[in-house]
Amino acid sequence: MELAAILIIPAVASCLSLLPLGRRFGAPITVAASVVVLILAAHAAVQVTRSGRLNALDEWLTCDALGALVLLLVALVGFTAALFSWGYIAKRSQHGARNIQRYYGLYNLFVLSMLAVPLLANVALMWIAVELTTLLSAFLVGYEDTPEALEAAWKYVVLTTLGAVLALLGFLILYWGSRVAGFEPFTWVGLVDAAPHMPPALLWPAFLLILVGFGTKVGLVPMHTWLPDAHSQAPASICALLSGVETTTVLYVILRLFPVIGVAPGLDARPWFIGFGLLSAGIATLLLIYVRDFKRMFAFSTVEHMGIILVAAGLGGADAHLGAAYQMTGHAIAKSFCFFAAGFTVMAVGTQDIASVRGLIRTSPIAAIALMAGGFAIAGAPPFAIFVSELVILRAGLTSGHYAVIAALAFFVVVAFCAVMFHVNRMVFGAPGPRTAALAMPGSCKATLVLAAIPLIAIGLYVPAPLQDLLRAAAAAMGG
Amino acid sequence: MSSSPYPIVAALDALTGALFLLTALGVVATRQVLASLQLFIMQSLLLSLSAFLLGIASSSVHLFAVAAITIATKTLLIPWLLRHTVSAEVYRTREVERVLNIPISLLLSAVLVVLAYVVAAPILSAVEVPFARINLPLGIAAIFLGAFTVAVRREAVPQLLGLLAVENGVFFAGIAIVPNLPVIAELAAAVDVPVITLVVGLLTRRIHTRLGTTSVGHLSALREH
Repeated sequence: MELAAILIIPAVASCLSLLPLGRRFGAPITVAASVVVLILAAHAAVQVTRSGRLNALDEWLTCDALGALVLLLVALVGFTAALFSWGYIAKRSQHGARNIQRYYGLYNLFVLSMLAVPLLANVALMWIAVELTTLLSAFLVGYEDTPEALEAAWKYVVLTTLGAVLALLGFLILYWGSRVAGFEPFTWVGLVDAAPHMPPALLWPAFLLILVGFGTKVGLVPMHTWLPDAHSQAPASICALLSGVETTTVLYVILRLFPVIGVAPGLDARPWFIGFGLLSAGIATLLLIYVRDFKRMFAFSTVEHMGIILVAAGLGGADAHLGAAYQMTGHAIAKSFCFFAAGFTVMAVGTQDIASVRGLIRTSPIAAIALMAGGFAIAGAPPFAIFVSELVILRAGLTSGHYAVIAALAFFVVVAFCAVMFHVNRMVFGAPGPRTAALAMPGSCKATLVLAAIPLIAIGLYVPAPLQDLLRAAAAAMGG
Repeated sequence: MSSSPYPIVAALDALTGALFLLTALGVVATRQVLASLQLFIMQSLLLSLSAFLLGIASSSVHLFAVAAITIATKTLLIPWLLRHTVSAEVYRTREVERVLNIPISLLLSAVLVVLAYVVAAPILSAVEVPFARINLPLGIAAIFLGAFTVAVRREAVPQLLGLLAVENGVFFAGIAIVPNLPVIAELAAAVDVPVITLVVGLLTRRIHTRLGTTSVGHLSALREH
């Protein structure tokens, strides 16, 4: 029953925050709702780990381990980003109460659409949920109302909707295939059952259409062009959601295709996963070197990480898939933290330009420490989770004999590490510029940094047994 | 087409498909924003006509529902939404400058249509479905042309119409390949299209008031240096 509650609570919170009760009302409602959703999601995840699958509402809502992992990540970042919004949006909004109410109304619906993606059993409805993530977040991306933000929102909507419509044709062909094979329920489970009986001439174009269509939304190169714009122009709290979990949610849909193609005779999705993954990681690494805007830097790092996870999924085998699941977790937590740190820095220095930020450690120590920690975590330094997961992926690839792929991946990972740390170092250390006016930072933003740092540090050092079980089960759900 | 028990319906569907393709070409080539919208409405009418014809042939209530939903959302609701979100000034716009000129655009469009038939061929040779032989390649062609429209048009509303033309293409193919799509999916799609229009329309209005232009193709502040 908690699966239904997880979807109802944000909807209610959205309606409540639209009530004209002044600018101070939406934030606490949203934070409270997201805490409840997080608790319910954690509870659902525990139950899924125990029983393998959770069904609700006559099997309209369903959740297996991979879905539960994504659900948990969305709920977690949904909570931290709501807390960060509290102070950040109040400080950054010159337009008054109405805009803030709209922000929280859309915020809750946006989180709701992402929570729905891993829960909806019917694949056609899941497609709608993915499409709604774009449409509901469009105005959040353009919230700052600058020409750049509107440009970013436009590109975001047009390109990702175009991708989603291509994916829709893919899903229709999948449905056609399962009907031809004589299978009725259009669910992920039903598709895995139907796939061995489907004509490959249908399954293959469907796979490619969905990979390219939804790959646009994940930010796979060469369909990534909108991503650095949207992920750099949105308010920091929205960036945390977009980069941390929206990409992961859509990647989850692509990963769901892996077992479907895996059981079909004569088809192999692996070269495509590895190819797109390596291309994305490689190009993103190159762009990371030349980047000038620190929010864009974290956006390119998202493209890089999506590539790494796709490569890990394509390598196949339990170890690589465990690495992929762990990397998804580590990335969602670290990337959202990075954007909180970036938002904090923007508030402190008033610019996103890397070159004009110097000596942050003296002017704004909290921002500097957060940026440093986030940089280390996302670049993959020990003791953070991404270091471990990348090691697991590299080792799994070596054991399965993909030497060339692993050599390339290791090269990209090392170069990206150096690039991110080089930029962060330049911002944190050195002589501070003339802009030294210390601003009072909103308490909720500081609280978010502290709270979000707990899982950031914790899961790198120690993965608690329930989470370990969940990750293993999620890896198993990705297929062999 | 020999597999179809209704040769007249098949012939009518082929005619509808040809006109459908023509409207897609029209959206690529028209300069007037308002004319693009009218072409899109015509295209949607042809889509629902095809759904209606296929509904007769396969005696499927689903397809009549698709036809009705298409008429309601795409020929009535979407133009109404656009009129109320985008200012009249935008409608009077005439695109002076395009990414490609019209003859070259049409030449490339012809290449895309041929490509659509090439892409559809292996699917059609694997599975025998009446009407898919007409609808699938034409639907794919409309998808390509719609995506091409998004790429070559610089005004906001024609870009949106290109997007919706892609959606029409998907459904033009869809009605032939999955005539019994669950009602829930149809309803969801029926909600989705107006929401796309609403969001893009409102965004267009904000870009227009904020920047004084709707030539989104010229927005290029954000890029790598």
